[in-house]
Amino acid sequence: MKILVCISNVPDTTTKVTFTDNNTKFNTAGVQFIINPYDELALTRALEITEKQGGTVTAINVGLADAEPSIRKTLAIGANDAVRINAEPQDAYFVAEQIAAYAKSEQFDLILTGRESIDYNGGLVGGLLAEMLGIPSVNVITSIEIENGVATMERDIDGGKEKVSCKLPLVASAQKELTEPRIPNMRGIMAARTKPLKVVEVTGDLKTSATVGFELPAAKGGVKLIPADQAELLIDLLHNEAKVI
Amino acid sequence: MILVYAESIDGNFKKSTFEAVSFAAGIAQTNGVHCVAVSIGHVEDAKLAELANYGADKVVAVNSSKLAAFNAEAYAKAFANVAAAEGATIVVVSNTYSGKAVAGRVAAKLKAGIASGVISIPNTSNGFVVRKTVFSGKAFADVNLTTAIKVLAITPNTFDTHTFGKTANLTTADGGLSDADFISNSVEISRVTGKIPLTEAELVVSAGRGMKGPEHWGIIEELAQVLGAATACSKPVSDMHWRPHSEHVGQTGITIKPNLYIAIGISGAIQHLAGVSSSKVIVAINKDPEAPFFKAADYGIVADAFDVLPKILEAAKKLKAAN
Ligand SMILES: Cc1cc2nc3c(=O)[nH]c(=O)nc-3n(C[C@H](O)[C@H](O)[C@H](O)COP(=O)(O)OP(=O)(O)OC[C@H]3O[C@@H](n4cnc5c(N)ncnc54)[C@H](O)[C@@H]3O)c2cc1C
Ligand SMILES: Nc1ncnc2c1ncn2[C@@H]1O[C@H](COP(=O)(O)O)[C@@H](O)[C@H]1O
Repeated sequence: MKILVCISNVPDTTTKVTFTDNNTKFNTAGVQFIINPYDELALTRALEITEKQGGTVTAINVGLADAEPSIRKTLAIGANDAVRINAEPQDAYFVAEQIAAYAKSEQFDLILTGRESIDYNGGLVGGLLAEMLGIPSVNVITSIEIENGVATMERDIDGGKEKVSCKLPLVASAQKELTEPRIPNMRGIMAARTKPLKVVEVTGDLKTSATVGFELPAAKGGVKLIPADQAELLIDLLHNEAKVI
Repeated sequence: MILVYAESIDGNFKKSTFEAVSFAAGIAQTNGVHCVAVSIGHVEDAKLAELANYGADKVVAVNSSKLAAFNAEAYAKAFANVAAAEGATIVVVSNTYSGKAVAGRVAAKLKAGIASGVISIPNTSNGFVVRKTVFSGKAFADVNLTTAIKVLAITPNTFDTHTFGKTANLTTADGGLSDADFISNSVEISRVTGKIPLTEAELVVSAGRGMKGPEHWGIIEELAQVLGAATACSKPVSDMHWRPHSEHVGQTGITIKPNLYIAIGISGAIQHLAGVSSSKVIVAINKDPEAPFFKAADYGIVADAFDVLPKILEAAKKLKAAN
């Protein structure tokens, strides 16, 4: 079993989001970057699968050298090796093309991504990648078991769950609940130092989109406090003033 | 020509589908082109005809027994084939789980630039720019799609539906599918019935660790039921299994954008707010006047939830009885 896990390097969830250069660039000053939380789940599940039935887990990232701490962390958590495609991740299309180019030469049985990157909230790389490789894709999975070359998964659907079975190879994208993330231990951190981290250059430079600017949401006008002993007024305000009920 | 994916569930269109059709029809009208809606899987003709009311000039139904259950590869192929046959330049889908599963594959097939989580109509004064939410609602990004064909996954509950009152022009297409396009199989679907799915809800009543334990959720559920709202919760609440994971909202849970979000006994941590801050009206009920949620809220009550909830529930019942 050869599993590829796609890792996006994202700002920590507590980051206060600001922009520079006339609101055209995300301000990374003082920002801590982490492995995208969904990708961490995908990685852990991949390790659980290969630990049980044998195989290898490769972590892949499309990013510049500043993403290496997160990539190293995947090795410390347990990935066998890692690949960094040396480019600024422009958009989901670009990222998927780069990963597809690499995956074509390697024949992975299973490719896992996260449900979405928590920075750009695209949720698109998995589907794009699967189409580029000509293999099936199942998104927002909350469980995956593999037996005799067939994956059985549960995925979220609007208002419920769907059980899906699919012959390998395929691309699946991890939703919360897939598993619990693992914290690297000392042995893992030591071992990571000697594990291979390959840097490969980009193929092609198709551009499909460009982010031209950012904006922060307008600040709220301030909270209107309702005295506790007149709490029932809330319903009146929501009905007559806010007109939402 | 603008093509829109008319997503259906068990043969029914959802409100988000009508929003997508109206969105597409609006752009088509501005550009003096046609809006074509594509339905995949079984939907009755009378329901297909409704899409014309929301703005579709033509409705293409792709249906076969194999398409009864959702399948990302087959649905995307059928949809992309119709897009190519109709000469679509803009493709619209709803930013739902299944909508996005199709959207990415369609974009790759059509070599189209794609934006998801779209919350604006395209601005074509300088390129083709759409606004989308990023950083889980903490900011917006303006994205210029530079390809000949563009795919937009639009956020539900963001655009109004419009009735265009067009007469339905129903056609069918076979989608160009073969057995090889059905590799993944839907084995079983379980939907929570009798409850409003959180992702579609316009009103949401949500509670956090301040509720002390799962045994106290009765009043939360009752308030939600009276208001016709869905229920949600904070991450620790679902982590402790007080509530199902499907109710967890926030940065690592579901991102929602209802008209009303009532947060009861939730502190308002940045990761929680990330998933709910785009709600139109926010109410915070918390006994701590310093709780960060009050900074993000439109209405607030500083009180013990156990004291004020019965009064609020009573008032909600009265309002509903009177209307
Ligand atoms: C990587 C990461 C991702 C995360 N993702 C999410 C996420 O997606 N969603 C999420 O919700 N959290 C998330 N969190 C957790 C988040 O940081 C907070 O810990 C969490 O939101 C707190 O939940 P809470 O408000 O229910 O509980 P608490 O922080 O314990 O707050 C309880 C609140 O209830 C109030 N209270 C207590 N008793 C009463 C009473 N009787 N009446 C009224 N008020 C009362 C208290 O004043 C307090 O404000 C994430 C954290 C991390 C590190
Ligand atoms: N730069 C990247 N390098 C590797 N994988 C990525 C990258 N960006 C996104 N992904 C993967 O694609 C998933 C969905 O990302 P997105 O479509 O950007 O929301 C993420 O959870 C990752 O698994």
